[in-house]
Formats: sequence, C-alpha cells, structure tokens
Amino acid sequence: MNERETLERFLRTDPRDVGCSEAVAMLHVYVDLIAAGQNAADRYPGVAAHLAACGPCGDDFAGLLAAVTSEQPET
Amino acid sequence: MQLAGSSTRELDEESASWLRRLVSAASAERQVAERELHDRLLRIALAEVRRRSASTPVTGPELDDVAHQAASDAMLAILAKLAEFRGESRFITWAYRFVILEVSSKLGRHYWRNPPVALDAAQWERLPDRLGLDPHQYAEAAGILAEVRHVVDTELTDHQRRIFIAIVVDGIPLNALAEKLDLQRNAIYKVIFDARRKIRRALVANGYLDEPEAGQR
Repeated sequence: MNERETLERFLRTDPRDVGCSEAVAMLHVYVDLIAAGQNAADRYPGVAAHLAACGPCGDDFAGLLAAVTSEQPET
Repeated sequence: MQLAGSSTRELDEESASWLRRLVSAASAERQVAERELHDRLLRIALAEVRRRSASTPVTGPELDDVAHQAASDAMLAILAKLAEFRGESRFITWAYRFVILEVSSKLGRHYWRNPPVALDAAQWERLPDRLGLDPHQYAEAAGILAEVRHVVDTELTDHQRRIFIAIVVDGIPLNALAEKLDLQRNAIYKVIFDARRKIRRALVANGYLDEPEAGQR
C-alpha cells in the first residue's frame, strides 16, 4: 500500500457509521449474534461500520466478545 | 448516522433465572445470585485488564485494583438498571458489557497520571508513524502530509484542530482525551469523523486524492 492509499484509508468515512453512543448501546446484542454464529454485520451495518473505524469501541467490542466466548464450551 | 434493526426476544432460561434470583424477595437467594454475578464480573474484569495491559501504563497490583473497582462499579450499575434489561441479548452478555466499559473508562482516566505526551504537544513529525506509513514512504509522503497539515491549520475550527492534533498527531487515546476534556467519547469521535471528511474533501479538491467512490465520503 502506498502513502496515498494509506492516507485514503485513514480519511475514508462510512455514512452508515452510527457513532459511539449507539454502537455501545447495541454492543451486547451485536456480540451475542456473533457468538451465536450469525452475521451481525449484515443485521447492523451501521454498528459494524463504527466498530471498524473507532479504536476504543472496537476494543470494547473485542473485550466483550472475548468475555462471552471464553465461557462457551469448545466444539 | 442511523441505527436499524433492533429487536426484542423472549428470555432464555439462564437469563430468566438470573433476573428472578437477582430480584428475589428471599434475601438469601438474592445474595447468592449477587455473589455469583460479582465473581463472574471480577473474572471478566481481570481478564480484560490483562488483555489491555500492553496499551496502558498501569501495571501489576494496580491493574488488579482497576479490575476489582470495575467489577464493583459494574455490579452497582447492573443492579440499578435491572429494569432496563429488555432481553435483546442474553443477560450475562448485557451484564458483561458494563464491566468491559468500566475497565475501558478507568484505564482511560489513568493515562493522565503519567502521560507519554502532553496535551497540545502537536508532534507533527510523528504523523507518518501514526498513520502507519512505512519509513521508506516518509519522503514520498512529505508533500501530501504537508497539505494535510495546511488543511488542519486553515480549514478546521479551533475545536476540531485541537481534537485532531491530540488524537491523530499526538496519538492520545480517545478515551483519555474524553476524560481530560470532560467530553463524551462520541463527541470526540464525531469531531474526528467530521475533520476526516473535511480534510479528504480538501485533498480531493486540490488534486492530492481521487474522488471518493459511491457510498463513501
């Protein structure tokens, strides 16, 4: 990836992005869908767009997903 | 920005059991449930502070203290908000969200006790690194990054400029900046979101970047 593509990627914004408040409010629902093997991003594209773009919310998502999956029985 | 598709579903057996026991009129049953939930919150909090340990200056026993505080504060919040649980997820996932957010918030506050960079430091020379450019790209990127700085200096508002420099140029974590400026995380994110769009528009207008594709701004 060249410097233009790197900058392009950084500056790119997704109009579906719901922002931190709405993404965090839906985090438990989103994580449960993933833990159940469903396509959460298809169902909540605005949340998916936000989690991909926002470092702190993405980190909270990763933490909650790790918490939930740590208790799932191994298949 | 729009959120769509929220739903409500019937409670699964485990979630119904948690709710029944946590509001039980029998204090012994309620206390057992509270202890059990607190133990699980603490286990998750300890795992979460360890997962985040590489990105926080907090270490050792103090990290465990953060986990204990987060579990206790999450427990209080959960008990105060039980009536708000709508069954959109499993109860335990809803509960764990509280403790994950508590850990996130508490570690953000700790950043300012020994910050690696001061607010308003404006370390523009670090920008290529912050953007993830490889060192061999620095020279090629100099022109376009100078234009980014020019746009930041001339087209962003004072508030946008301060937030953009703190987050993007100086690499201050968003949670930590929100704590420092007493703003909601979402308010900071929105400023950065708008600044990125503004900078991109200017770079496109000045021929540094191509027009965005449909569906992107």
